[in-house]
Amino acid sequence: MSASPSESAREIAASRGKSPHTSMFLRMLVRAAALRRGRALAALFAMVVAAAVATAVLNLYVDVQAKLRREFRNYGANIVLVGRDGASLPARALVQVESTLAGRGVVAPFGLVVARTSAGQPIVVAGTDFDRVRQLDRWWSVSNWPAAPQQALIGVRALSAVSPRNQPFDLTFQGRTIHLTPAGTVETGAAEDSRIYLSLPDFVAWTAVQPSTIEVAATGSPEEIAASVRQLEQAVPAADVRPVRQIMEGEARVLGKTRATLLAAAALIILTAALCVLSTLMGWVFDRRRDFAIMKALGASDRLLKGFFAAEAAALGAAGAVIGFVLGIGIAAWIGRVNFHAPVAPRFSVLPFVLAGSIVVTLLSAILPISLLRRVQPAVILRGE
Amino acid sequence: MFARLVYESFRRQKRRKLLAGAAITLGVTVATAMIAVATDIGDKINRELRTIGANLLVTPEEDSLDVEIGGINLKPPSDGAFLNEADLPKIEGTFWHNNITGFAPMLPVNVALQRGGQTENLTLLGTYFARQISFGKEAITTGVRSTHPWWKVTSGAWPGDNSRDVLLGERLAARLSAKAGDEVTLSGRQLHVSGILSTGGVEDDQVVAPIALAQEVLGRPGVVRRVYVSALTKPEDALARRDPRSMSGPVYDRWYCSPYPQSIAFQLQEAIPHSHAEQIRQVAQNEGAVLTRIEGLIFLVTLAALLASALAVSAAMATAIFERRVEVGLMKALGAGRFAVASIFFAEATLLAVIGGLVGFGAGAALARQIGRSIFNSQITIPPVLLPVILAIAVMVTFVGSAAAIRKAVELDPVFALRGEL
Repeated sequence: MSASPSESAREIAASRGKSPHTSMFLRMLVRAAALRRGRALAALFAMVVAAAVATAVLNLYVDVQAKLRREFRNYGANIVLVGRDGASLPARALVQVESTLAGRGVVAPFGLVVARTSAGQPIVVAGTDFDRVRQLDRWWSVSNWPAAPQQALIGVRALSAVSPRNQPFDLTFQGRTIHLTPAGTVETGAAEDSRIYLSLPDFVAWTAVQPSTIEVAATGSPEEIAASVRQLEQAVPAADVRPVRQIMEGEARVLGKTRATLLAAAALIILTAALCVLSTLMGWVFDRRRDFAIMKALGASDRLLKGFFAAEAAALGAAGAVIGFVLGIGIAAWIGRVNFHAPVAPRFSVLPFVLAGSIVVTLLSAILPISLLRRVQPAVILRGE
Repeated sequence: MFARLVYESFRRQKRRKLLAGAAITLGVTVATAMIAVATDIGDKINRELRTIGANLLVTPEEDSLDVEIGGINLKPPSDGAFLNEADLPKIEGTFWHNNITGFAPMLPVNVALQRGGQTENLTLLGTYFARQISFGKEAITTGVRSTHPWWKVTSGAWPGDNSRDVLLGERLAARLSAKAGDEVTLSGRQLHVSGILSTGGVEDDQVVAPIALAQEVLGRPGVVRRVYVSALTKPEDALARRDPRSMSGPVYDRWYCSPYPQSIAFQLQEAIPHSHAEQIRQVAQNEGAVLTRIEGLIFLVTLAALLASALAVSAAMATAIFERRVEVGLMKALGAGRFAVASIFFAEATLLAVIGGLVGFGAGAALARQIGRSIFNSQITIPPVLLPVILAIAVMVTFVGSAAAIRKAVELDPVFALRGEL
């Protein structure tokens, strides 16, 4: 099957009619850049640096919240579950808390009783899960964590009361006695210094008291943490769920201020970078006023001229933005590695903003000189005046 | 002749000089503002971190063990040692007193609450709310309202430090269905409830009162159990962790004169007789980490800002010089040497940099103040010492930025330049 000859002829004519214009346009774009390689490269360089710096700062701005939240989780629990009216929590409370959080945080149970030393002195003894505490309370300064059963971690102030020469000791609670060996000391500068810590199995076997407190370091934004608090209230009705307000408020304040500072810095940097591109590009376009004059003398319309320079600028802007974006992601990742010891994940949501911003700035810096030159007669420019 | 050339160049090309000058001014403004913010951010964030609470705790040296669970003190009230309230103003006399943003003494005592024929055992916590303390010429207002900013009075008002009014913890008030303005009977004393306190902690089940009232209940005037101190500290490093007793003279002086949590604790211990001061590791250790991260971040961002402004200045200078090829051609045609041409351009660049640098420094200082006021509600001031440094950087960047363009201009063949080719 073949098309009628007149139809195919028309097709060829149509494609010929279009293609010379398009290819001429492209050729002018490419040749213009190739002939004045130095200046075109300088303009591209300015664009790349501006886009890279903008990308890096925006990327950090988006990511810094997550990074700093992680630092703040080192402050320990931001939610505390306490048995109502000092009662113990049900044995399955810990499992319920863990399944409610589903990995969004660290959880540690604590049971507390007042026992007596062999000298009859009252002392607070706590049972906990040492592996969890190590993750939750990273500021604890511990000389040696207990590893075996019947070993105790002793607060520095309690040490002289129970085991001044690091010898094994006995503690009594409601007539039952436990024999313990000291494993190490804990120092925090707070209430922990006056306590003795045992592993939870030892504690429960000795006192028959279940944990009364569960401390939770929940990750996420304030809204997510508030949601976790509500979920925990439903999951463990026997407990009073309290957010630790001092940690949450301090975190919110510091994060807010840091982000605001970063935003101000980002605005300043992007402004300066845009100005750098503007001045370089305006110089470049202004420099080519002779090309402009020749094209105009040869009969190019104002629209074509504007279109030509605009297309050139947009191409430069887009190329610069893409290269700069890749570079900026690299810079952000490097800053993440150096400063936060964790990579900053590339945010591709930043790309459209950088791309649009770059093209707007380059268009602006191309159109501005053209509008100035349009009013001048080509002859005047060609004479070099 | 040289001076006249430069002068005429400025007089005749006002628009171009203005453009280049504007670029330099903007670059210096951004650089100055960012340097000011970066040097001050540590102090500002440090103050924000103080909202997490006190980072130092002063206790009696020979104290017996605390027996406290969930805010309920099981230690007999007369047991243990106390600090002397009269010694507390000495905190303001320590070397680092300007870094101490506040302190609050605490004296928990056991009281019996009589209500409707029933008695309930409670903890009454005596403290400062916002008390005027003076030591020598120094006078500050301190208390839980500055050291524990998350304590909030939800209804009613804070009691006066010299009053006999008390605050009821939120949960306690709900249990008693008491409200602000009610009267409560504590250990035989009829007291006025000025407000309801919400802390999110154990104080929600306690009664909080001015310290004199707690001392009266205990029957020991002028004593406090412990003092929470809030201080601006420097993140600890290897030197901070060393034992001061093992240090040699100069090292000890350096340790003593650095605001580490350890050295401030050491000085508090010196100032208050028979006391033991310790950093609260949960607060002190973590704030160092947070502070280091934020400072590092702002430092790196400042580097980016400096890079961007340096590039903007060089780009503007390069464009300005490139546009004057014809002039260079004419000068060279008239017999000017490369050195003469280059020195004219460099002189112009220096002049521009100095003027732009001065204006930019002023604008940058204003910008930094604005940033400080709108973000941190406090001033960011820029030390005037920085002016020569900023000016030197501006001149250097302008020089480096124009160097390539000047070299190109100087190497031009005057014939081509005058014909307008290239």
